Amino acid sequence: MSRQELLSPEGLRIDGRRANELRRIACKASVLNTADGSAYYEQGNTKVLVAVFGPREPRQRTALQQHDQAIINVEFNVAPFSTSERRKRSKGDKRLLEISSFVRQTFEGAVQRGVYPRSQIDIYVHLLQHDGGMLEACVNAATLALVDAGISMDDYVCACTAGLVDEQPLLDLNGQEESAINMPGLTVAVLPRNGSIALLQMESKIHATKLDDVMQLAIEGCKHIHKKLDEAVLAAANDLAVKLNNSVQ
Amino acid sequence: MDIDTETQQQNLTTQIVTPGSAITSDPAFMRGHGTFGEHGTIYSSVAGVVERINKLVSVRSLKQRYSGEIGDIVVGRITEVASKRWRVDVNSRQDAMLLLSSINLPGGIQRRKSESDELQMRSFFAEGDLVFAEVQSYFADGALSLHTRSIQYGKLRNGTFVSVFPQLVPRSRSHFHTLPCGVDVVLGVNGYIWVSKHVPAAKVEANAEHIYSNKNEEISETERESIARVANCIQLLNRLYVKITDTTIIFAYEASLGHAVKDLLTMDIATDLAHAVNSRLAQQG
Repeated sequence: MSRQELLSPEGLRIDGRRANELRRIACKASVLNTADGSAYYEQGNTKVLVAVFGPREPRQRTALQQHDQAIINVEFNVAPFSTSERRKRSKGDKRLLEISSFVRQTFEGAVQRGVYPRSQIDIYVHLLQHDGGMLEACVNAATLALVDAGISMDDYVCACTAGLVDEQPLLDLNGQEESAINMPGLTVAVLPRNGSIALLQMESKIHATKLDDVMQLAIEGCKHIHKKLDEAVLAAANDLAVKLNNSVQ
Repeated sequence: MDIDTETQQQNLTTQIVTPGSAITSDPAFMRGHGTFGEHGTIYSSVAGVVERINKLVSVRSLKQRYSGEIGDIVVGRITEVASKRWRVDVNSRQDAMLLLSSINLPGGIQRRKSESDELQMRSFFAEGDLVFAEVQSYFADGALSLHTRSIQYGKLRNGTFVSVFPQLVPRSRSHFHTLPCGVDVVLGVNGYIWVSKHVPAAKVEANAEHIYSNKNEEISETERESIARVANCIQLLNRLYVKITDTTIIFAYEASLGHAVKDLLTMDIATDLAHAVNSRLAQQG
């Protein structure tokens, strides 16, 4: 097969989904007890673990450029066993630094940094398994972990990818689709309450007339993800409230 | 969500809000912690429980770092010796300050602080030391200022340190408890807890000259064991997310007596003990 069949004549994709279907999402907050907040997030076969520490005293006080708000520090780490080809990446890998700066910039807009002057919020992201949608999974998992840490935010940040094949927008690309040559893909992160866009990233070409459709589809996906994240947060909060309530009585 | 109908429902779990969810758009309400306003509507900025005091609406997060209040009793760890002050880690969003002028120096409470005191600050508190202190005031940027101007405050010795969720330690009249098993417990409201050998108050006062000593007293093996047992029990309560008070610690301690100290935190025994503690709490409640 010279050209991969990304969308079958019946309208099904490689993994059997329809064009506007998300992959299975499973997530859980409060998975680590040493961190202030943590989350485990699975979207299809992409699996991410995030630990949030802070707000806490900045490690290097010289890094504080603005004294009236918190600094956000993101470290992104890809497990050597995360892809089919085992590969150890150095800490200075430009690709990893780029992703971590995307995540940082996204949350600098959503976290109410003014509430925590002279502090630092550390977000450690570990990609355990990679099958497309690395950035979206990192953003969603980090949101969950930040909420779990009790850090003030304007809203959730929900991210989703979308691509275009044969004039047909596809939601939530998996690894195979993402690496296909004839597949332009973009990642959008939105604040679902007012629909403002926190992140928009695209590395390939897409026809200008089609961009809007693809983005709209991705934003639709973000809304579904918002529901999932909200459920996970409520589950964790209810769990704690029940435990606390029992002990108060 | 309308807050007035909300207050009629006393069930805690129904009042939980998540970031970005609207609480009320009634202009009569003022927004407190954990909320923000946009276009006349008050939204929650954290996941937690809505609380209302008169016209002030706030959201209390169920899991959060310690935010200090004046008068709080805390346990902290010295992280840095700076000029005329120590920086103290109190599990808060910034390190707290302990000024040289707000500690008691050996040899008279009213003694003036001289330059030589400034030079030998490290002989009072060095990096890594644990202090038992009270929150005296805030600085302009929100950092806490501590003081240790009482005989019961000061350096912590003769024991072990346990860190728990700060929400689990309620503010109460007393944060220093002597348990029946002969162990002293200092419950810092910042979630730092010190478990140590019991030293009678009279002895502490007699040794006022040695309040900054780094030497532990003689601790017998049985004392060590009860300290370790209490420390593990506190860890267990933390895992259960149960309020940590002298009563709950004693419950857990009594339930644990049938097991060896080293086994307390293993999965099956911890689960058994959790059931025992929970049912005891339910009975009492």
